[in-house]
Amino acid sequence: MIRTEGLYKSFGKQEVLKGLDLEFEKGSTTAILGPNGSGKTTLIKCILGMVIPTKGSIFVNDTAVRREWRYREQIGYMPQIANFPANLRVKELIRMIDDLRNGQGKDKPLIELFGLDDMLNKRLGDLSGGTRQKVNAVLALMFDSPIIIMDEPTTGLDPVALIKLKDLISNYQKEGRTIMITTHIMSFVEEMADNVVFLLEGKVYFHGPLKDLLEQQGETKLDRAIARIMTPTNA
Amino acid sequence: MRKVLKYGFYDLMRSKWSYIYFLFYLMLTFALLFLSSDISRAMISLMNIIIILSPLIGTMFGVMYFYNSKEFTQLLLAQPIKRTTIFLGQYLGLSISLSFSLFLGMFIPFSVYGLFHSNEIWSFLTLIFAGTMLTFIFSALSFLIALKNEDKIKGFGLAILLWLFMAVIYDGLFLLALVLFDEYPLEGFSIMASMLNPIDLARILILLKLDISALMSYTGAVFQKFLGSGTGLIASSAVLLLWALIPVWWIGRVAKRRDL
Repeated sequence: MIRTEGLYKSFGKQEVLKGLDLEFEKGSTTAILGPNGSGKTTLIKCILGMVIPTKGSIFVNDTAVRREWRYREQIGYMPQIANFPANLRVKELIRMIDDLRNGQGKDKPLIELFGLDDMLNKRLGDLSGGTRQKVNAVLALMFDSPIIIMDEPTTGLDPVALIKLKDLISNYQKEGRTIMITTHIMSFVEEMADNVVFLLEGKVYFHGPLKDLLEQQGETKLDRAIARIMTPTNA
Repeated sequence: MRKVLKYGFYDLMRSKWSYIYFLFYLMLTFALLFLSSDISRAMISLMNIIIILSPLIGTMFGVMYFYNSKEFTQLLLAQPIKRTTIFLGQYLGLSISLSFSLFLGMFIPFSVYGLFHSNEIWSFLTLIFAGTMLTFIFSALSFLIALKNEDKIKGFGLAILLWLFMAVIYDGLFLLALVLFDEYPLEGFSIMASMLNPIDLARILILLKLDISALMSYTGAVFQKFLGSGTGLIASSAVLLLWALIPVWWIGRVAKRRDL
């Protein structure tokens, strides 16, 4: 379970998060939506401790995360752009992250699933964007973490890999893991998420079940509902 | 920490720049030892290149490495590792691999020429010590600049300015001060002034060790006169160490609150 209380973050004069109070239940899958620059990635980075909040607190399983680092054992994180050290090989990077987490990783099934066997000896600098994203997925998912955070996981993935990713997420949902996803692909949200957080200019515009959002906006399709929120008359 | 350092080191040791840097020192040292009949003159030439080049390379690599590995640092930050461990590990990986290129590039020619059987081994060790310290100091300073500046261009500019100031401008200002105030006793001032510039300190350290009074700068002479060669050596080494430790400690502090 993840909870934020009065979360504020400014970068210089620019206020990105303006007092977020959110709760992500254990076992829920939440899509974090919002226009570009609404604070989605900043929120995720705050939870992971990459960005230090200006004000407010974050709790992961009731532990305050400020200045803490052990709680990250609970989290598998798939970042937005994966730019790895160009000179390492895929195999070495996987082994390294595994080593940093004391060798608990189950990378084999994921490597097989995404068809990365032939890529293991390639240098990371030589990989295509989509392949890098697959490596990224292996790194994030190989530890059976109870919390999974994905920032734009669909970027660059081919349709086959995308289906495999969706299947993986469905399995994790059945296992009762807590999942957070940011994405701009609304069909992906409709398929995978049961809750939605909609951020607008650093504030929570909507937080609740997906169907409530549709009802509230009087739409049957999520993309229409979102568009409705984002048009100036409503925003 | 050891793990972050290890992988950073592996990554850098495989980059072509480490080889270029290594080959440069290798060829330079061979050429100087081969071309000059006089070992001490070869040493002086080597010194002059090391005290300018290793800070420059440390500075450039420090900022470049930090900005280029931003996404990778983020990946590390998502792992259960302490923040300070990540940044210090990366810094150490970088400075160790640069020092390694420097060391090997000089070690091979020196051993081929059989200089380790002579007294020159101490001069060699002094050169290596000075070069390594300068690498550690300037990569730490530029790492710090990169940590403090989100903007790549600004960070890069500041780091290069710092190098330019320490390597070139500082000496000019120092000389100017000596000329302007030559009626006053300036020994204390010049000792202080050279303590404040690691490049000057490294130069003094090497000159004191090589004991070539003809080439000793004014400050070198002051160091020798007031502290004697032995104490002078120890004092300059100690201050060089401080120059490396303070920025590293500072990196640890800034690392706790840097957003990525």
